[in-house]
Amino acid sequence: MISILNTYEAVESEKVSLWFKAAPVEKFPKNGGACVKYKGMQIAVFNFTREGTWYACQNLCPHKMEMVLSRGMIGEDQGEPKVACPLHKNSFSLKTGKHLNGDLNRIATYPVKIEGDFVYIGFSE
Amino acid sequence: MKTVIVVGNGMVGYKFCEKFVAKVDQDSFKLIVFGEEPRVAYDRVHLSEYFENGDAERLTMAPREWYQENNIELYTNERVTDIHRNSKTITTLSEKTYKYDYLVLATGSSPFVPQINGVDKDGVFVYRTIEDLEDTLAYADKIKKTVKKPKAAILGGGLLGLEAAKAVMDMGMEPHVVEFAPKLMPRQLDTRSSKVLQVKLESMGINIHLSKATNQILGNGHVIGMEFGEDDVLNVDMLVISAGIRPRDELGKSCGLKMGTRGGIVVDNKMRTSDPSIFAIGEIALYNQMIYGLVAPGYEMAGVAVDQILGVEQTVMAAEIDMSTKLKLIGVDVASFGTPFMPAEKGHSIIFENKTESLYKRINVSHDGKRLLGGILVGDAKDYNMLLQMYLNEMPLPKNPENLILGSRGGEDMSFGSAMDLPDTAVVCSCEAVTKGQICCSVKDDGNESVKAISKATKATTGCGGCKPMVDDLVKETLKSLGKVVKESICEHFEYSRQELYDLVKLRKIEDYDSLLDEVGKGHGCEVCKPAVASIFASIYNERANRQATIQDTNDRYLANIQRNGTYSVVPRVAAGEITPKQLLAIGRIAQKYDLYTKITGGQRIDMFGAQLHELPLIWEELIAEGFETGQAYGKSLRTVKSCVGSTWCRYGMDESVTFAIDIENRYKGIRSPHKIKGGVSGCIRECAEARNKDFGFIAVEGGWNVYICGNGGANPQHAQLLAEKVDKITATKYVDRFLMYYIQTAPPLTRTAAWLDKLDGGIDYVKDVVINDCLGIADQLDSEMQYLVDTYKCEWKEAVENPEIRSRYTHFVNTEETDDNIEFVSLREQKMPKAWV
Repeated sequence: MISILNTYEAVESEKVSLWFKAAPVEKFPKNGGACVKYKGMQIAVFNFTREGTWYACQNLCPHKMEMVLSRGMIGEDQGEPKVACPLHKNSFSLKTGKHLNGDLNRIATYPVKIEGDFVYIGFSE
Repeated sequence: MKTVIVVGNGMVGYKFCEKFVAKVDQDSFKLIVFGEEPRVAYDRVHLSEYFENGDAERLTMAPREWYQENNIELYTNERVTDIHRNSKTITTLSEKTYKYDYLVLATGSSPFVPQINGVDKDGVFVYRTIEDLEDTLAYADKIKKTVKKPKAAILGGGLLGLEAAKAVMDMGMEPHVVEFAPKLMPRQLDTRSSKVLQVKLESMGINIHLSKATNQILGNGHVIGMEFGEDDVLNVDMLVISAGIRPRDELGKSCGLKMGTRGGIVVDNKMRTSDPSIFAIGEIALYNQMIYGLVAPGYEMAGVAVDQILGVEQTVMAAEIDMSTKLKLIGVDVASFGTPFMPAEKGHSIIFENKTESLYKRINVSHDGKRLLGGILVGDAKDYNMLLQMYLNEMPLPKNPENLILGSRGGEDMSFGSAMDLPDTAVVCSCEAVTKGQICCSVKDDGNESVKAISKATKATTGCGGCKPMVDDLVKETLKSLGKVVKESICEHFEYSRQELYDLVKLRKIEDYDSLLDEVGKGHGCEVCKPAVASIFASIYNERANRQATIQDTNDRYLANIQRNGTYSVVPRVAAGEITPKQLLAIGRIAQKYDLYTKITGGQRIDMFGAQLHELPLIWEELIAEGFETGQAYGKSLRTVKSCVGSTWCRYGMDESVTFAIDIENRYKGIRSPHKIKGGVSGCIRECAEARNKDFGFIAVEGGWNVYICGNGGANPQHAQLLAEKVDKITATKYVDRFLMYYIQTAPPLTRTAAWLDKLDGGIDYVKDVVINDCLGIADQLDSEMQYLVDTYKCEWKEAVENPEIRSRYTHFVNTEETDDNIEFVSLREQKMPKAWV
């Protein structure tokens, strides 16, 4: 279990060495999330349509190690974009990965860019 | 710049760092910390939680980054071996030397291992660090492979020993607690309370052996048992020793600091040792000839040492340290405060004991009956905070002090005053030493008007959290005293209660979440307001969850209940529990085809578990083809109307309960509400349908139906209250129509009808006035609103299956057809279940 957690490491935008072309924009629900598979990893991608921004993070909730974050509700806490896990409502900052209503581990976050009508996720390899 | 070196990175050592960086200017001091363990400081108090979740990180006090952010040099896995007081330097195991201006020793303690023959055998462990637990766990796993029902003994029936017993129980071993004294927790509990605790623990499967002196540990190489003299032997496969602690004071001894005769480094009330540049805090500090093994005094010592180093000389340790404790031990509340056992010459005790409920309460009162001196609580410690405050602040006792533990009976005044009666100096949060005065000032002067804001500003509630209810009361009462209304706004995005928002949506005819946010809210929304607004749209427009899917709670969004491993369960409606053999066969066939775990629910229908996201539309397509429709088990909506078999079959039945229940369930199906709603219909007063613990219930009596509302099972069971007697079906239905509609419009989010009625001014009499006497003149409106919801019902799963756009939402990935390979099932009684959480 712990080994799954270790496969996800946050990528800072200046460290991106590979932009993975994930899926067309319309595949992602407005103001919601969907899951992308990349090399055995599950990445949750969120479309903040209202704000016009995108975020990505590991799909794995570090609380009970389930692949569910992409199905969580998104929102903001004093301007901090966040996702709430659908299982127990643990919410995580999508900017820093920090657990906002407790002290679970940070989740890994990834840069997202939109080019043409496609969503790209940044990895550093 | 001066250098402060902290030796020891445990809870108290960490607290020193936290308090230090909060007060100091980073340019004038440099802080270096050494920890012997590989991990950064973690919460040892909650060590047994590690077994529940296997997540060591959760116990961490602060992550490594925190030390970096605060410019603290942290060296873990690095033991300090020598202190050279002349040159004011220390050396470490890797032979590095560091110079200090002030040295803070916080090396804590190690478990005391008694010199028993055989204590060095394999399978004997101590209970102190995460590494100890990991070793124990690894050994337990090994044992479990060879022994069928393995047993583990815990030597020591004190606080830590009982925690350890819980830990070995969680490891799947049969726990045996072995205690030398004739009672459990000998330092905190008297004989009777200890017996109450013992009975409770034994009922939970923990075996207790008292008055046992262990002679030797048996086994050839590894432990196989314990011998208590003569033929008295306990066979065990593992032994965990928890027989007390010894201070880790060897550094102090070797550098010649003044030591206690039985260990510990002597300190004064400034936490200074015999060398003025060296401080000792926590479990190595011998203060007032005592070692304090609790966290709260350790934290206080850390604060004193910080202030002394920064030159705030007036901060000193109190002459008497309060050793009161409250904890939840294996799910049982145990608390003791002040003087728990008291000789008769000092005062009298008032004792309440009820072994059948595992309750014991004792308070010790001065001879003149005016002061509380101490006490013990087992089984129920909810009054601990108030009692502790009365004791600490020497508050006058009420006329009948027994009310403090028995509660007020028969119209007497409440025994406790409100939290506002405490003096301003009363320490409400003892972990962070925050007083009532500080909390109230923070509300009044700094505008911190919520518990969240208070805890940010004062740190109150951030330790053990036990003071939260009291802080909550103080905040509310202070606001009230300022004449401010305690506003129950939904969240930071809407400054309205749910009822106000409901009216706004209706008045302005707003249909989209985004428009509502633009018109009456602010920001971009969150997981609290989104589902609340979705529920309002559903109640006013009967909007199904499919249109604005991303504002729905996850279960509504996918029209299924998410379960432990991220798979879903499927529940078709079986109105009133009546189902044909043909329908049973259909459910059986479909469940078998998709390999679903099936179970009969409490609501008289069939739940199918373990469906993956992509399978949901396939399963529903088949169910709909068989004539089923959604059961809305996922929604905050009508669940089921439970029925007994009624006069159609039952020889006692007064009326046809099944027919009525089917009609009612079909009437209200699909109606979404602030929380889930359940109904029941019983054919006679034997009440087999349990209608009186439902949100609404009908019971057939001579001459008609009795109507009950606002009952609840759940966490706080409550019997439903009588709304109307002996009315016909049409009238009964009309009353419940109006009641439900009124509840839907006025209840706060996620509030069941029982909790709603509790808070409603006027209670059940007022509800009668509204729905029967129409005192608000809204009965017609309620009737027509309910009729609209009934008339516009549609099965949302049918909609989802038939609409390609909605159907396309049911995939795990958006960039591949693959499914989630992370899901694992194990077999269970010829069916399957999710692999257990570690």
